[in-house]
Amino acid sequence: MSELRDLYQEVILDHAKRPRNFGRPEHFDHEAHGHNPLCGDKIDVFLILGKDDRVEDIRFEGRGCAISMASASLMTELLKGKTEAEAKRLFERFHEMVTHEESGDTLPNAAPDDLERLQVLAGVRQFPMRVKCATLPWHTFNAALASERAETEVTTE
Amino acid sequence: MNAIPERAAEANFYDVEAIRRDFPILSRTVHGKPLVFLDSAASAQKPTAVIDAVASCYSDEYANIHRGVYFLSELATEKFEGARRKVQRFLNAAEAREIVFTRNATEAINLVASSYGRTFLNSGDEIILSEIEHHSNIVPWQLLRDQTGIVIKVAPVDDRGALLLDRFRALLSKRTKLVALTHMSNALGTVLPVKEIARLAHEAGALVLVDGCQAVPHMPVDVREIDADFYVFSGHKLYGPSGIGVLYAKAHLLEAMPPYQGGGEMIVSVSFEKSTYAPIPHKFEAGTPHIAGVIGLGAAIDYVIATGLSRISNHEHALTTYATERLMAIPGVSLVGTAPGKGSILSFTVERVHPHDVGTILDHHGIAVRAGHHCAQPVMDRFKVPATVRASLGMYNTEAEVDALTAAIRHVREIFA
Repeated sequence: MSELRDLYQEVILDHAKRPRNFGRPEHFDHEAHGHNPLCGDKIDVFLILGKDDRVEDIRFEGRGCAISMASASLMTELLKGKTEAEAKRLFERFHEMVTHEESGDTLPNAAPDDLERLQVLAGVRQFPMRVKCATLPWHTFNAALASERAETEVTTE
Repeated sequence: MNAIPERAAEANFYDVEAIRRDFPILSRTVHGKPLVFLDSAASAQKPTAVIDAVASCYSDEYANIHRGVYFLSELATEKFEGARRKVQRFLNAAEAREIVFTRNATEAINLVASSYGRTFLNSGDEIILSEIEHHSNIVPWQLLRDQTGIVIKVAPVDDRGALLLDRFRALLSKRTKLVALTHMSNALGTVLPVKEIARLAHEAGALVLVDGCQAVPHMPVDVREIDADFYVFSGHKLYGPSGIGVLYAKAHLLEAMPPYQGGGEMIVSVSFEKSTYAPIPHKFEAGTPHIAGVIGLGAAIDYVIATGLSRISNHEHALTTYATERLMAIPGVSLVGTAPGKGSILSFTVERVHPHDVGTILDHHGIAVRAGHHCAQPVMDRFKVPATVRASLGMYNTEAEVDALTAAIRHVREIFA
């Protein structure tokens, strides 16, 4: 059961139950919808990109398993303030961590803080079927970056 | 009622432990725990009789069929056609030539949609499906709709997952040409009144296709009593090999239908000007078939019949009732699909826990369940859930395994408390 404990660490369960930056924002200029048809996980990522392509704000909304929700929540915390290039690099490292046995538990070339924060998801590696759950939010973030800038600010009301 | 004669009581005794010993895989462990296999609706495990029949086909009796004039080819052909007669008797079909071997039920439905559908259905003709069909009984008809312009109507179910027969009846008209419905829902366990449905459909002048994938492992099926025009199932859900399926169709329909695929085995003569086709069922069996699969399916049918389908059905119903009571006693667990008389499928959700998380934790208790939409997304939409956990019970499952399931679900609730 130790693998199970690695997967469902307190931090994961906490983020899954009380996701940070959750809910559709009033203002955003990029968005993307992510869907894993296999398990029905759905996520929307909303961004405001500022100067130097820096992530000024990022929020998400969605429904899915604890892993996908916790991963999305952690992602939004880590990406705020990052440049597009920094964000993409972090995703690469993260992807490596959850897919490669040999990569160990460390994230080379990532800021130590980010490294530490994302470690909690390293347990996913033992569960090949669940890797997509952890990476869906990041793929959706990438899609949001690539999306057309919304022409006008969209409001939910 | 108390005075059951002793011999009858003995005959009704269902020795599940003896049955379990026939399935070698059931003695293995998973993540250090004894395997509790509750996913037979996806694919059932195989008894030694089936494993041995497949092995023996390859080690002792293998050659291509319907070709050689030599001993082994004749022997293999005899076994192959013998298995066809077993399927015929299993379904109580009138003739062995009404049994066509396919890869699986999906291919059987595609065969009907393609061969019958493209030949006999025209733009504006209507077919009726139910709201609780497996994707394999939806998508082939959508492909046909895109090719021919037929119209697909959907018969709804109530909140328990039972078919609303009045609503189905209201959809029938003289435009209805085909009704294609599941015998037992893979996502909910609902058993549809297919005999009544067939009667109503025939009154309206429509044909009936029944998807029997979930039904054949769990109850005696008589295609003539149902009066099904087409009946399909997969071997692997009936404790047989994967890669082998069955299409039953009334002989006059098969004779009227054009071939589905062309090739060897399905012809009488070929020239570059014209080919003449073999009689049914061979007209629909182009190419070398899954010989060992067919023989293995025959062994699976022998095994199921020897165990007794009524006895299997009684065992599974009792176990389903037990499992339902045990699951409902866990706070936060909700059953999806509670139609009266349903089969041994328990689809459920655990409050505040996604089915995939439930599935992963159960797996670490050695328990194999399906978590997801079960290839029936319209069912998930109907019941407004993204997915469910599904425990499906087979002839080899026990009350102790149900207890292991409920204990593991309580552990899930602890982790997510």
